Amino acid sequence: MKSVCLFFQVHQPFRHRRYRFFDIGNDHYYYDDYTNETIMKRIAERSYLPTNELLLKLVDELEGKFKVAFSITGLALEQFALYAPEVIESFQKLAKTGCVEFLAETYSHSLASLKDSDIFERQVKLHDQKIIELFGQKPRVFRNTEMIYSDELGAEIARMGYKAMLTEGAKHVLGWKSPNFLYVNAINNRLKILMRNFKLSDDISFRFSDTNLPDYPLTADKFINRIESTKPNEEVINLFFSYESFGERQPKESGIFDFLEAFSKKVIENKALKFATPAEVVDELQPVSVVSVPSPISWADEERDLTAWLGNKMQKEAFEKLYELKERMGKCTDLKLIKDWNYLQVSDHFYYMSTKYFSDGEVHSYFNPFDSPYEAFINYMNVLSDFKLRLDALIPEGKVEKEMAALQKTIALKEEKIKKLEADLKKLKRKRLKK
Amino acid sequence: MKVLMFGWEFPPHISGGLGTACYGLTKGLAGLNNIDVTFVVPKAFGDEDQSAMQLIGANNIPIAKTEVQFNSIQKKIDYYEVDSPLIPYIDEDEFWELKSGKYSKKLRFIKTDEGYKINFSGNYGGNLFEEIYNYAAVSEVLAKNSEFDIIHAHDWLAYPAGIAAKAISGKPLVVHVHATEFDRSGDNINNKIYAIEREGMEQADKVITVSNFTKKTVIEKYGIPPQKVTTVYNAVEPLFKKNSAVRPKQTDEKIVTFLGRITHQKGPEYFIEAANLVLKKLHNVRFIMAGSGDMMNAMIARTAELGISDRFHFTGFLDENNVHHLFELTDVFVMPSVSEPFGIVPLEAMQSKVPVIISNQSGVSEIIKNAIKVDFWDTYAMADAIHGLLNYQALSKHFKAEGKTEVDNLKWINSAQKVSNIYKSVIGK
Repeated sequence: MKSVCLFFQVHQPFRHRRYRFFDIGNDHYYYDDYTNETIMKRIAERSYLPTNELLLKLVDELEGKFKVAFSITGLALEQFALYAPEVIESFQKLAKTGCVEFLAETYSHSLASLKDSDIFERQVKLHDQKIIELFGQKPRVFRNTEMIYSDELGAEIARMGYKAMLTEGAKHVLGWKSPNFLYVNAINNRLKILMRNFKLSDDISFRFSDTNLPDYPLTADKFINRIESTKPNEEVINLFFSYESFGERQPKESGIFDFLEAFSKKVIENKALKFATPAEVVDELQPVSVVSVPSPISWADEERDLTAWLGNKMQKEAFEKLYELKERMGKCTDLKLIKDWNYLQVSDHFYYMSTKYFSDGEVHSYFNPFDSPYEAFINYMNVLSDFKLRLDALIPEGKVEKEMAALQKTIALKEEKIKKLEADLKKLKRKRLKK
Repeated sequence: MKVLMFGWEFPPHISGGLGTACYGLTKGLAGLNNIDVTFVVPKAFGDEDQSAMQLIGANNIPIAKTEVQFNSIQKKIDYYEVDSPLIPYIDEDEFWELKSGKYSKKLRFIKTDEGYKINFSGNYGGNLFEEIYNYAAVSEVLAKNSEFDIIHAHDWLAYPAGIAAKAISGKPLVVHVHATEFDRSGDNINNKIYAIEREGMEQADKVITVSNFTKKTVIEKYGIPPQKVTTVYNAVEPLFKKNSAVRPKQTDEKIVTFLGRITHQKGPEYFIEAANLVLKKLHNVRFIMAGSGDMMNAMIARTAELGISDRFHFTGFLDENNVHHLFELTDVFVMPSVSEPFGIVPLEAMQSKVPVIISNQSGVSEIIKNAIKVDFWDTYAMADAIHGLLNYQALSKHFKAEGKTEVDNLKWINSAQKVSNIYKSVIGK
């Protein structure tokens, strides 16, 4: 029996407003509330809410045999609370059915895993707390930002106590191997790895309404066929999506919801197929082998690497400059700064700076508030400059500032001493005069 | 395939954008296998009191035939100079200079190129159109006596010549729009020029524009059917390292440069407003406005009014060497043009590894990726881009490297190939 593992990523960044350099030091509000609210409401209405409703219906009708998993970023949850609280409620309803698993990830959908394990761990814990708080589940399986994964990162995740991790079934990593098995981390064999079947996943999320395809339209039967035609011994079909694929990228009119409903029912009817959440897959299946991923992979672009976020000089500089502040942020207790710090780390900011797809930047321009990567970079650096000024005021940086502070202290001490000695001197003089 | 090409100027008598483009294109065409170009220009001396009318009237065309050898390509083109009292010149700068009395007062001055408002010196203004038609008359004679397959005319001054040549020979005509009257004069156009431009485009079998920006104007303002108009972008000649000793920068001050005629079309006032915004925040920056033009005095007054004169410098007109030198010192180049059919200067800046900011209202913005693009009126965005380029090193590093690579790949031979395809499509009809 093959397991079908459905997973959805839910994320929205806090997009920055046009933050000009005149604002640096003058205005500390960085966000484009109007855009954020508009986009959030639009996606909630077109995608999140109707899809959640459909999933609830399926769970109900299919009597608990229908199962899915989500990873919802902390920032998405914050935005729901601000702009579309009904979305949280509908996720809570889903959580209550017991058929939905929530996965761990970084609170900010950040790239911290590539930079600093302390910050990374802190963000993951923060996210776990939020999930427990809202949905009453402690995540057991981890999903990193945009499926970023490497052997080292997996070992880190194992150390943090998670038992499995999702990633992309990238061709250059798997080679002849199939993504339709359970694998283990190359450093720590206890960590299981679920590999995304990108062919079948993208058939839905990218190609569902592509009328140029020879066998358009994609029907539930055709798709079940494709799953059935995988090799008989293959055990799990990992279908991982961005949640917006349902209703937003593939609009309602394309028939995507009907497809999802029909497909789900057919899986249940089919004797050789069933649904399973990632945790269930991990419990039920035996891993077949180690998967070796020495340098990081992701689910982005043709290359499936990090170049979408850290491909050019601008992205690297912004990334370095941001994390130069990490030590001082570690000491920072100012809540406003911490909040902005979390928002600044969102991977989307770096994605907007990508120069990879100038001509056919279709995916990169999806909800991208900037006309060019240069604008995105300048805007981000302006915001970061202001953020740094605020941090400087609270926690001074660098040798010079520290030395100055130390010298000031010494001078003050010496002044005190001089005063005291002068007073003593006066006293002695007076005594002498009296004599 | 033999091409009879009418232009306005050609090396060595080259004075700016149009001449540079004609030169580049001709060279590119010469690099193609099966194309021979005969280039005709009205020559501009003017200090002889010699009337073109006489010469043409005699039907004895006093044309000087020269051969121009492109060394790199080992191919010659024929080059004719039609003697005419018209003086083509490219910039206002030269115009001022000429007007200031170096030449005899009997001269007629016609301003060509991107700037092209026609200015007349003294009392001779009315004769310009006569001259243009004289040029056309000469072309007629030329067309009668030579063999060719296609006629190609560059910009309105040469359109009548092209039309005349077509009428007499029956060969197809291609007109090449480097700029229109709307770019030069905004909405206060000269109707006579507009009429000539329009007739040229209507008579032509095919219209080539230097950008989609210009194509749009041609379609919308001249009523030319879209299928008749094709965009062929200009390219840029490779930069040869000059041996002039470049003085190293003396300070760690940053330099932001505007280079071009100081006229309404080029948007100098937006550059000043942006400079003012930047100077409020940054103190180690100097702004340079190189060039001259009818708005120069007003611009000087504006910088004084804003109190930024100590950081804002006017150089006046610069020759090629000085331009090169200025680029060596420049950290950011800005072209805030209000209406720019193409705009070759940013490409030259990029060749010198200078990051550029260009307006969305320029043709060049359609082909260049490695530049920051802003609307000419958005001085806040312009200032922000300047600030970003000066402060965030990765950005300028990116442009220095990528911009150079990008511009080095713009080759005239590619443009020439497109033009050649257009020729074929017209002849094939």
